[in-house]
Amino acid sequence: MMWKIPEGGHSPLVFIKIPMFLCCGHLDFKHLTSTMDLMPLQASQPFDPSKYRYTGPNVQPRQLPNTRSQAPITTGTSVIGLQFDGGVMIAADKLGSYGSLARYQNIGRLMRVNDHVILGCTGDYADFQFLRDIIDQKMIDEECLDDGIVTRAPALHCWLTRVLYNRRSRFDPLWTTFVVGGLDDDGKPFLGFVDKLGTAYTAPQIVSGMGGHLATPLLREKMEGQPPLSEEAARELLIRCMTVCYYRDCRAFSKFQIATLKAGSIKIEDDLEVKGDWEVAHFSKEHA
Amino acid sequence: MHFVVAGVSCVYGELAYDLSASQFSPDGRVFQVEYAQKAVENSGTVIGLRGKDGVVFAVEKIITSKLFEQSTNKRIFTVDRHVGLAVAGLIADARALAETARTEASNYRADYSAPIPVRHLADRLGMYLHAYTLYSFVRPFGCSVMMAAYGEDGPELFMADPSGVHFGYYGCSIGKARQSAKTEIEKLKTSELTCAELIKEAAKIIYVIHDEVKDKEFELELSWVGEHTGGRHQLVPKDVHEAAERYAKAALEEDSDSDEAM
Repeated sequence: MMWKIPEGGHSPLVFIKIPMFLCCGHLDFKHLTSTMDLMPLQASQPFDPSKYRYTGPNVQPRQLPNTRSQAPITTGTSVIGLQFDGGVMIAADKLGSYGSLARYQNIGRLMRVNDHVILGCTGDYADFQFLRDIIDQKMIDEECLDDGIVTRAPALHCWLTRVLYNRRSRFDPLWTTFVVGGLDDDGKPFLGFVDKLGTAYTAPQIVSGMGGHLATPLLREKMEGQPPLSEEAARELLIRCMTVCYYRDCRAFSKFQIATLKAGSIKIEDDLEVKGDWEVAHFSKEHA
Repeated sequence: MHFVVAGVSCVYGELAYDLSASQFSPDGRVFQVEYAQKAVENSGTVIGLRGKDGVVFAVEKIITSKLFEQSTNKRIFTVDRHVGLAVAGLIADARALAETARTEASNYRADYSAPIPVRHLADRLGMYLHAYTLYSFVRPFGCSVMMAAYGEDGPELFMADPSGVHFGYYGCSIGKARQSAKTEIEKLKTSELTCAELIKEAAKIIYVIHDEVKDKEFELELSWVGEHTGGRHQLVPKDVHEAAERYAKAALEEDSDSDEAM
């Protein structure tokens, strides 16, 4: 039995391939014949040359590549990351949107991978949960080996790139964008981006999702050509960016988390909230 | 009497039934399993002590060559984060078993989103060991494993041997000096001692039962899991290890002094 499930969205047309003897009244060997039908069934009929034509290769159409690109269902919006003097900081709000519905308002999109890596995820939340469990198990396996080798941010970033790129190459992507932060092998801050296509790069400031358009200019303005930010300045800048994203991104939410990684410590603050200033609403005709 | 049967030489009598695990002997023994247990008996001793707030492992790792790096060929493994696995017998078999245990723990976590309870793991490993005693085309594992964890049900210690039989223990010993170790363990009231106390006692027992004549060099491996480690299994910190070894050596001195005095 073979079910063919087409690309998502429309109602599925299901093709069921049933063994021939179940559906025909008589035994039909057409599918068993070779390319040239040398002995047509109606042998007693007058000779018809057209029946001896080459009918084409008798192969099943390949199932690959699997055209199963999806649409994301429960999604998270921007993740904002920046480097500061001695570490990295990543922020993400706590909303899981169900399309335009702000459905899950207390979900964490930041993850502590191990003592050396933090990451945040934009996009489909189920895909994030799937990879999160796999990454957790990887870390358990590593702890069991206890051989002094730990996964640092560049290594995890590379691994995620391979996973996401290979999935996209099979037309079955994990609809997620990751921001990976930590210190590299030399102890310098590292921040990496991987998206659902497997596009990967590193930069001093990384923003995924809508915030990529909103927050990136703000971060670059404050950071480019300047000495590294202090931790307090970085935190202030991050909160400012989260505020701007909350004002301007339609799928954003006021409650958010910040994860800070420095040499030897990881802190995830969980109860932050954007204090929006809606005074400007008075200027709008609709809000008197 | 010697017979040559189908190109294989075997001594007539009970040992004619020892070539495959799928054969019973006339007196109801499976010799292959017993031989596997002999392999365990040839290895360095391992003891496990279940105390009030945790479980402690001590391994007498006999060093066969001065060229080995220190702490190489560890005989204590960690399965998932919370289960300790100490082994006696063929170390290669033991490593394969540790990998199986890790896979079991990983599958349990994937299915139930929770760390595997150690009694469940002991069950699974017992069954796995037993499976290798049923067929003639595989040989039984030549190792016994001890498993320990500290969780909601308090500290737990289990031991599975090559036959697949597994029990829960308050104190357990396997390996060459297990009888003398057992005697020493019975002198202690393990359920009343904390891990900090037990680790020293365990080190002492290993030093006491170690045979200086037959095996000169040995390395002491110590690990614990308990309330003070937050339920995580780990090799003991360096300072604890050194303190335990000092205690053990001092106790040995005392014993030998009292022996001389007599």
